[in-house]
Amino acid sequence: MFNIIIGQYVPGQSVIHRLDPRAKLLAVFLFVIIIFLANNWVTYALAIIFTLLGVFLSKVPVRFIYRGLKPIIIIIIFTFILNVLFTKEGELLVSYGWFHIYEGGLIQAVFISMRLLVIIVATTLLTLTTSPIDITDGLEILLGPLKKIKLPVHEFALMMSIALRFIPTLLEETEKVMKAQSARGSDFTSGSLKSRVKAIIPLLVPLFVGAFKRAEELAMAMEARGYRGDVGRTRLRQLIWSLSDTFLMLVTLFLTAALFILRG
Amino acid sequence: MGKIIEVNDLCFRYYEHDPWTIDSVSLFVNEGEWLSIIGHNGSGKSTLAKCLNGLLLPEEGSVKIGGLDTRDELAIWDIRRQVGMVFQNPDNQFVGTTVKDDVAFGMENHGIPRNDMIVRLDEALKLVQMEEYAAEEPHRLSGGQKQRVAIAGIIALSPSIIILDEATSMLDPQGRQEIIETMRYLNKENNITVLSITHDLEEAIYSDRMIVMNQGKVLREGLPSEIFKEAKMLEDIGLDLPFTVKMRQALSKLGVPLSENALLQEELVEELWTLQSKI
Ligand SMILES: Nc1ncnc2c1ncn2[C@@H]1O[C@H](COP(=O)(O)OP(=O)(O)O)[C@@H](O)[C@H]1O
Ligand SMILES: [Mg+2]
Repeated sequence: MFNIIIGQYVPGQSVIHRLDPRAKLLAVFLFVIIIFLANNWVTYALAIIFTLLGVFLSKVPVRFIYRGLKPIIIIIIFTFILNVLFTKEGELLVSYGWFHIYEGGLIQAVFISMRLLVIIVATTLLTLTTSPIDITDGLEILLGPLKKIKLPVHEFALMMSIALRFIPTLLEETEKVMKAQSARGSDFTSGSLKSRVKAIIPLLVPLFVGAFKRAEELAMAMEARGYRGDVGRTRLRQLIWSLSDTFLMLVTLFLTAALFILRG
Repeated sequence: MGKIIEVNDLCFRYYEHDPWTIDSVSLFVNEGEWLSIIGHNGSGKSTLAKCLNGLLLPEEGSVKIGGLDTRDELAIWDIRRQVGMVFQNPDNQFVGTTVKDDVAFGMENHGIPRNDMIVRLDEALKLVQMEEYAAEEPHRLSGGQKQRVAIAGIIALSPSIIILDEATSMLDPQGRQEIIETMRYLNKENNITVLSITHDLEEAIYSDRMIVMNQGKVLREGLPSEIFKEAKMLEDIGLDLPFTVKMRQALSKLGVPLSENALLQEELVEELWTLQSKI
């Protein structure tokens, strides 16, 4: 449960971990777009090599990547099958009653699954090697120009960071309320769906009431500490752009160019 | 000694046409003083505290901090920097994802340059003895530690006044002790004025002066030794007397000749053991 919400950050000291979150965000963003340029074996091979290189350099155990993929694997398999069955191009490979597999369909299926796979692995790698708060900081700075058109970028980032800070607190509280309700004979783990849903309500009500009270007090405390929005604020957290970040950008741009040139 | 807080005939209510929550309160706080405000739940202590740093503005009367009026919009940020406030719930005032970030929050708001911020951060954490926890996340800290971080966040802005609004009421005895000791140190060594709101009268014994509030009004104002003499008045407004005071009353009733001034446990003990030797 914890993992899903705050991402699956695996602390580490690898090159990829130490990259500036802005560089990683930009690289992944660009990569997810340019992967749509790939349309033949060479271009797909390049994209896959790029991704695998990232995985290798991050030194993140493969099982973490697999864990990130797990929820998506069904979708990938489903897309694969759909493409195999419904694309009727090229040589007919297998034919059995209404069931036909064409060469073109098979290739298409492999390509599209690869595309999905590579996108998921790249984004998973981002969240595996970047702490949520770094991602938030990176996003706030990257989206900074949007403040000019009055988008509440700072507020959104602050909201994210407060949410991140309060997740453990709220989970603790959930556990406490759950225990309190269990002690009064409430049962969350067995019984019919209806009775379980019924048991959840007395859990949610105190949680919501508590959360609203927290929010009100927190707002008061923030104001008392001089918070007045994004006016004349300085920051303690600092992102440092280094040579390796520039290098990552260059590699990504190089990949973009290569995909343009080599695509069929 | 100047008056650092001056409240004149302050009236406040949350909703129009309601009776006053704060009903013509006048009080002052001297620079460097430790003032306790006591009163039962709902007597308006927190509301008064929020009036002191401009979180709430007076409907009638005035609140002045170091000469600045809280209704002056240009002065309000200065006032909030002068008056730090520690609230009751340690969790609901912790904004940062780590101790460091939280201490920096106030400084970021006030636009303190980063280099300066780092120096102040270290100093503030040392003062509250939390320097080892700088990178820690809040859910790994005890209540007392969180409150000390809150104090560090205030200290970093070099304020002149710290208001504790029942800041120790959710802590265990050890956490409570830590906070009181930290605050005493800051009061003595850094000459920070402390305004401690509490319904724990034990805590109030140590203050320079006390104010008793009841139903939005100031009921009494005086030295702790004077206030605690009026045991009946305190009990009537629903406050629980400190142990030493109760002990003294009980002993007096039994005919033990005790003076009326000694409030601290040591003073009582001292008086008791010298009692026999005098006879
Ligand atoms: N935000 C609020 N809105 C409306 N009424 C409030 C609010 N906060 C406090 N009150 C009311 O004001 C009175 C004084 O409350 P408070 O100042 O919190 O007292 P104390 O801190 O002494 O317990 C209480 O009757 C309370 O119900
Ligand atoms: Mg209160």
